[in-house]
Amino acid sequence: MTDTNNTTPKKEKVPRQPMPEQPAGERQKNFDEVPYGYTPETAMLEASRCIQCKKPRCVAGCPVGIDIPGFIKAIEVGDFPESIRILKDSNALPAVCGRVCPQEDQCEILCVLSVKQDPVAIGRLERFAADWEREHGEVKLPEVAPPTGKKVAVVGAGPAGLTVAGDLIVKGHEVTVFEALHKPGGVLVYGIPEFRLPNEIVEFEIKNLENLGVKVINNIVVGKTFTIPELMEEEGFDAVFLGVGAGLPMFMGIPGENLNGVYSANEYLTRSNLMGGYDFPRYDTPLKRGKKVAIIGGGNVAMDSARTAKRLGAESIVVYRRSKKEMPARIEEIHHAEEEGIDFHFLTAPVRILGNEDGAVIGMECLTMELGEPDDSGRRRPVPIKGSEYILDVDVVIVSVGTGSNPLLTKSTPGLELNKWDYIVADQKTGVTSIPGVYAGGDIVRGAATVILAMGDGRMASGAMHRYLMGEPEPADAPEES
Amino acid sequence: MFTIVKKMNLSHDVYWMDIDAPYIARKAQPGQFVILRTGRMGERIPLTIADSDREAGTISLVFQEVGKSTMLMGALKQGDNLDDVVGPLGLPSHIEKLGLVVIVGGGIGIAPVHPIARGFKEAGSKVISILGARSKDLLIMEDEMVKASTEVKVCTDDGSYGQQGFVTNVLEGLIEEGSPIDMVVAIGPVPMMAAVSKLTKPYGIKTMVSLNPIMVDGTGMCGACRVTVGGKIKFACVDGPDFDGHEVDFAELRLRQRMYLSEERDAIETLTYVSE
Repeated sequence: MTDTNNTTPKKEKVPRQPMPEQPAGERQKNFDEVPYGYTPETAMLEASRCIQCKKPRCVAGCPVGIDIPGFIKAIEVGDFPESIRILKDSNALPAVCGRVCPQEDQCEILCVLSVKQDPVAIGRLERFAADWEREHGEVKLPEVAPPTGKKVAVVGAGPAGLTVAGDLIVKGHEVTVFEALHKPGGVLVYGIPEFRLPNEIVEFEIKNLENLGVKVINNIVVGKTFTIPELMEEEGFDAVFLGVGAGLPMFMGIPGENLNGVYSANEYLTRSNLMGGYDFPRYDTPLKRGKKVAIIGGGNVAMDSARTAKRLGAESIVVYRRSKKEMPARIEEIHHAEEEGIDFHFLTAPVRILGNEDGAVIGMECLTMELGEPDDSGRRRPVPIKGSEYILDVDVVIVSVGTGSNPLLTKSTPGLELNKWDYIVADQKTGVTSIPGVYAGGDIVRGAATVILAMGDGRMASGAMHRYLMGEPEPADAPEES
Repeated sequence: MFTIVKKMNLSHDVYWMDIDAPYIARKAQPGQFVILRTGRMGERIPLTIADSDREAGTISLVFQEVGKSTMLMGALKQGDNLDDVVGPLGLPSHIEKLGLVVIVGGGIGIAPVHPIARGFKEAGSKVISILGARSKDLLIMEDEMVKASTEVKVCTDDGSYGQQGFVTNVLEGLIEEGSPIDMVVAIGPVPMMAAVSKLTKPYGIKTMVSLNPIMVDGTGMCGACRVTVGGKIKFACVDGPDFDGHEVDFAELRLRQRMYLSEERDAIETLTYVSE
């Protein structure tokens, strides 16, 4: 040991604490959450690994800028209420982020410890603090500033919108969130399955926002029930934030895609998660379970779909046209899927889907690929191998090849500038759009991304919206602190 | 809360409901629909708006008990609440002043076609409405359609009322008489809309149909309602529900509508079990 100037030798000896989780053999039969979470003892031990860097690099990697060393220090000394207080200073949804953020690519990858050993388990500690607060019923609400008399409409109750709502309510503004579905949460409730993020946790976080005074109104489709000009001119909102996501499902354009049993991942996950289809007929929404299900795609959504299909009793096969190395899903999700017995067909592309006379799926013709030169995305381009066609005998196909911008709102808003993919054009530092008082963030600006990036956009936009509402100037670009 | 302010029985298993939904009533236009849920564990069901009253803040829905969800809805009484109603969704029907518009309504399709007929008449078009039902006691909204049209022709499959035969027989009669039809709007069961579209195509008469595929969110997010129109995939919830009948792949639509027939039967069994 040579470079131990900042650390004590004792701390280096504590290994990264593993996350206890439901055994793979059992969890593939239920929808209960996979990781159990840390105990207070494990959390304190893991927190003790943090060397409390003076210039913490991890914070720079966090899109919402959580005081990571601060909240970890509080856990280390057993002051859990303080740790959650610090977290909530910059994050309205810590129980969500602790579960679904790609920490390994954001904060943890920058952890100084990772040079020599495993990084501090920042995400697991964040989850621990949030769960501890919820389970102990000691939720302390942040202080709310005196009313400013300004009204803000947030369109879409997903991660971006909820962040804006949480930020602006504490600054004293009146905040109303409009949600098109019958339940708030956006992708957190319709997309991410129970075994990764229980709906109950999202409900709890939203309840906290409501306790602060945020009004959440479901069943309002902005663009249809109200237009944006109506919200501003007739309903008296001083500013609007658009966090409507980018949920338009893409299909591949291959024959047979409209057969019965072919789902977009959005439809499949919505039926299962939001509508309780995994518990049909107790819940009324049906879902084709299938004997053998093919999931096309390699992202987190594909992993969620594959693991859902498995839990519904099907043999579950992920079909991805590149190799495992190029898969965009989180390593942890791929690992969990493998543990649960999901089968992977790499370097495989579907060519057409086959059906019977009732219009039901009876198989999928695939082509084997090899990797050629890198394409625009920087990943090696898959090239079909001639004559390699074969039939996969599946009865359900889930298409998880991405989503695009939904035109419902954007096309009904005159003067809203869109880019060539129909995403909203918004300033990168403020979220301001081409319409004064209208801000945007999350997937509807950046295209399909992550929960935490959407929250980061919300954080940034809320600051700018506050300044706009209070008539304060935008700060000039400050030079980097030296 | 979405309170049922009025409920009427139109025929033995067909109901009319006025629902308190002022935001939706303010915006609803002919051809648009809502999605509703009857309870916490209910599915999202799309229903076309049959009428709306801005002053009263109500929308009117007509539905037939066919599966568990519509049966649960049928069991609701005046004064009860629906958990969720969202809308108005979909694009409004395109209404303009034309010379002669023939409106074809089959079965409970008469309900959604009613505001469209009225719209064309108010715009100054001559409106001939053809109403079809299997038998006299299944015919709904005849009086309302008389008000909304210049002329109404009724037919029943069994000849118990009006002309015996299908709406296509009546429409064919009109065409052969040489009536200068500018547009046909047909709403009803898929085979009826397919038959009407097939009939008018050789004559080059523009024919609009309103499609009712299975839907979940109704805002373009899930793709459940995809239909093939003119060889391209469209989402009925945001691109429709009205489409050019000559371009629609009705065979595919029919198959897709039948996707959950066996699940529907299972769901109805659990309903019987619960009510026992």
